[in-house]
Amino acid sequence: MMAEVLLRPKDKIGIMLEAEVIRADNFAQKRAEEIEKLHVWQGPAKLLLGDFFDVDVRGSGPAEETTVLIEGDVTRVKRIGQGMKAGRIEIFGSAGMHLGAEMAGGSIVVHGDAGAWGGMEMKGGVLQILGDAGDHIGSAYRGSWRGMSGGQITIGGNARSQLGGGLVGGRIVVEGSVQNFCGIRQGGGAILVKGSARRGAGAEMTGGALAVLGTIEQFLPSFVEAGTEENPKLGDLQIEGRFAKFTGDYAVSKNPKGLLYLREA
Amino acid sequence: MANLIIRNGYVFDPLNDINGDVKDIFIRNGKVVSDLSGADRKDAKVIDATGKTVMPGGVDSHSHVAGAKVNAGRLMRPEDHYKSVRPKTALTHSGSGYSVPSVYKQGYDYAAMGYTTVFEAAMPPLEARHTHEEMRATPILDMGAYMVLGNNWFIMRYLRDGDVEKAAAYTAWMLRTHKGYGIKCVNPAGVENWGWAQNVHSLDEPNIHFEITAREMIRGLGEVNELLGLPNSLHLHANNLGHPGNWEITCDSLQILDGLEPRNKTDVQWAETKMNARRRQTVYLAHAQFSSFGGTSWRDFCSGAKSVADYVNKVDHVVIDNGAVPFGPGTAMTGDGPAIHDLYMLSGQKWSNTDVELECGSGVIPWLYLKSSPINSVQWAMGLELLLLIKDPWKTIMTTDHPNGGLFVQYPDVIAWLMSRKAREETMKGCHAWASARSSLAGIDREMSLSEIAIVTRANQARTIGMANRKGHLGAGADGDVAVYDLDPTRLDVNDYAKIKTAFSRAEYTVKDGEIIAHKGEILQVPDGRRFYSAPFVDETVEKEMLADVKEWFKYYTIGIANYPVPEKYLKNPVAIQANKPLEAIVRR
Repeated sequence: MMAEVLLRPKDKIGIMLEAEVIRADNFAQKRAEEIEKLHVWQGPAKLLLGDFFDVDVRGSGPAEETTVLIEGDVTRVKRIGQGMKAGRIEIFGSAGMHLGAEMAGGSIVVHGDAGAWGGMEMKGGVLQILGDAGDHIGSAYRGSWRGMSGGQITIGGNARSQLGGGLVGGRIVVEGSVQNFCGIRQGGGAILVKGSARRGAGAEMTGGALAVLGTIEQFLPSFVEAGTEENPKLGDLQIEGRFAKFTGDYAVSKNPKGLLYLREA
Repeated sequence: MANLIIRNGYVFDPLNDINGDVKDIFIRNGKVVSDLSGADRKDAKVIDATGKTVMPGGVDSHSHVAGAKVNAGRLMRPEDHYKSVRPKTALTHSGSGYSVPSVYKQGYDYAAMGYTTVFEAAMPPLEARHTHEEMRATPILDMGAYMVLGNNWFIMRYLRDGDVEKAAAYTAWMLRTHKGYGIKCVNPAGVENWGWAQNVHSLDEPNIHFEITAREMIRGLGEVNELLGLPNSLHLHANNLGHPGNWEITCDSLQILDGLEPRNKTDVQWAETKMNARRRQTVYLAHAQFSSFGGTSWRDFCSGAKSVADYVNKVDHVVIDNGAVPFGPGTAMTGDGPAIHDLYMLSGQKWSNTDVELECGSGVIPWLYLKSSPINSVQWAMGLELLLLIKDPWKTIMTTDHPNGGLFVQYPDVIAWLMSRKAREETMKGCHAWASARSSLAGIDREMSLSEIAIVTRANQARTIGMANRKGHLGAGADGDVAVYDLDPTRLDVNDYAKIKTAFSRAEYTVKDGEIIAHKGEILQVPDGRRFYSAPFVDETVEKEMLADVKEWFKYYTIGIANYPVPEKYLKNPVAIQANKPLEAIVRR
């Protein structure tokens, strides 16, 4: 049995909502009235999801077969899909911060943009952002040193700074460009940036692989050349072309295992 | 204040030789009494403790819960906070933090476990204001703080010149000035050297400029402690902490104070106890686990706990707290700056270090203890070995050196391991092979009784630090602090260790000063605790000479002397413990 849960934003949202209740596996097997009564926070006020969204439920099914369709802009709604283990969320608009943070399974698709911290410390599942993404995508929480550890994030547009900070597993693919410190403190996993990167790509990297097809504006001096490679594999991600290969970051380790690939023109 | 009767529980009160007897406990006006009159009984609240374990309120004699380094641990670890939150209730504040909780959360979490008294084990004098501010904001608990003096310029100078009287006068003045409870000595002579990127690695190595050795500092501060007749003995964090093979310097350090006479000369009323409730020790070794490393390097690292335990078994002047390692995240924080740097070199983690001017140092680093780590596995075994191999429980105290070896909320795990061989075996199965290969834990049969647990979790804490005049037992006149645990000793099966853990994690009732503070972990009342400090007297002439020296050297401080003291108004419910009353005051020999 398939189930679809439709959420339609009612009005413009003022103070941002904290809505970690919006999860396919949390909505599964619930009636619309039950979903409307789930709690969300707006600043210090504890309110109901139904105060902000019209909820419609079609069919019923297990979490794996539940899809949440959000029809409209939810830029001011944070934590959608946080910690989700199964099911699917599709957002026909843009999403706010912390989208799919700590997600462990299932999938999330955003047709617009997504705010900062999307896929933070994600463990599994698929997060697909068709537009642009904010800072700290797939990274570690502030102060923590272990970021995304599994699953996949794809970004159709550009991403801002510190993409994949502390990445230890999984993969991130960006069709566009990234800003500063992409792959900072990366210890594992793979990042592919099809556009360009600004300064600090791979800073303090000790493991994993980071490939940039365009240019890196300010290349770190603490990476060492390690020859060239044709069609290298970033973990299990095969990429094509001839790449200059570097290891680093020697600024933080005597024997770093980080690999930085830059496509030769 | 209401009267309270705790009816029909199995009472464990080791200082009064009560070992699981079914007894009623009576509390009147916040104090334990032997009985209540008919009128008092009528309006008394009653707790039915039938089938439950009743102990004196928990006392923690070594925890890091207030002050600059604790707050540094909070500030540098946002990741320690965001998943550990406590919502606000009508009665209690919100709070956050797993390994270093906010002050409110600390107070509630301790109280929920049946603890009523907690001592901060390292207060740098310059950070005394901060420490008192945090203690002031900590709900429920009675508290006090040991002052860090093992690398203090004035003390080092006086002791080098052999002037123990002036060192004592200075210590007395400092305790009164900063409202400190006792003397903490951290890596004596070594932390001063750390200001020059060095350390000391033996007891007889003079340090830079002051030319004093660790041995002279330990002996001198031990003598000062007994000259002043302080409630606690010297609390020692030995040299070479965290280095393989340090068990040897630890035993040598303890040996220094053998033969010194313990003299608690506090002017307090002593509640009734069957046993002598005064301390016998002249040195209280902090977090012995970190000072009982065997081997010569990390490659041949092994437990040296047996060697330390053998030594402690032979002598009568030592009490240790173990500093257990129950696995999981911790935050190492200590006055031993170089030790934190050593940890940083091992982990590459974020860390911080501070030099506290003329007084001491400090450092903080996050740490994760893993069962898969060979070293951590041995450390886990060592923490338990120390308490199980030292035969007399009155020489041992259970701690995790919160939040260094583990967290105070993990005490129930440690209790379960001490009480149940099966619990130890089950955990050891998940540990690195070194846990059994490089310690003697696997061969230890001993399982602690509830009475012994009462000794190592409250009675001996109170006796060791000189609080047993009112804490750590249920004799007439003691504070009405009681913990009731949902554990029936007549049906106790130590193989069912999960039950032991659950019972000690959430006290059925926590009673403080005769009031029910918590029930099954829920906080019901939030009284303000007391702040204990020592106020020893010294001869006026010596004090005058000493103060002239202090003024002369105060130019090296970044603050003026007028801003140095912590006024008593900083403390909520201050309790000054007078020691060494004028008539007995030291005069120049």
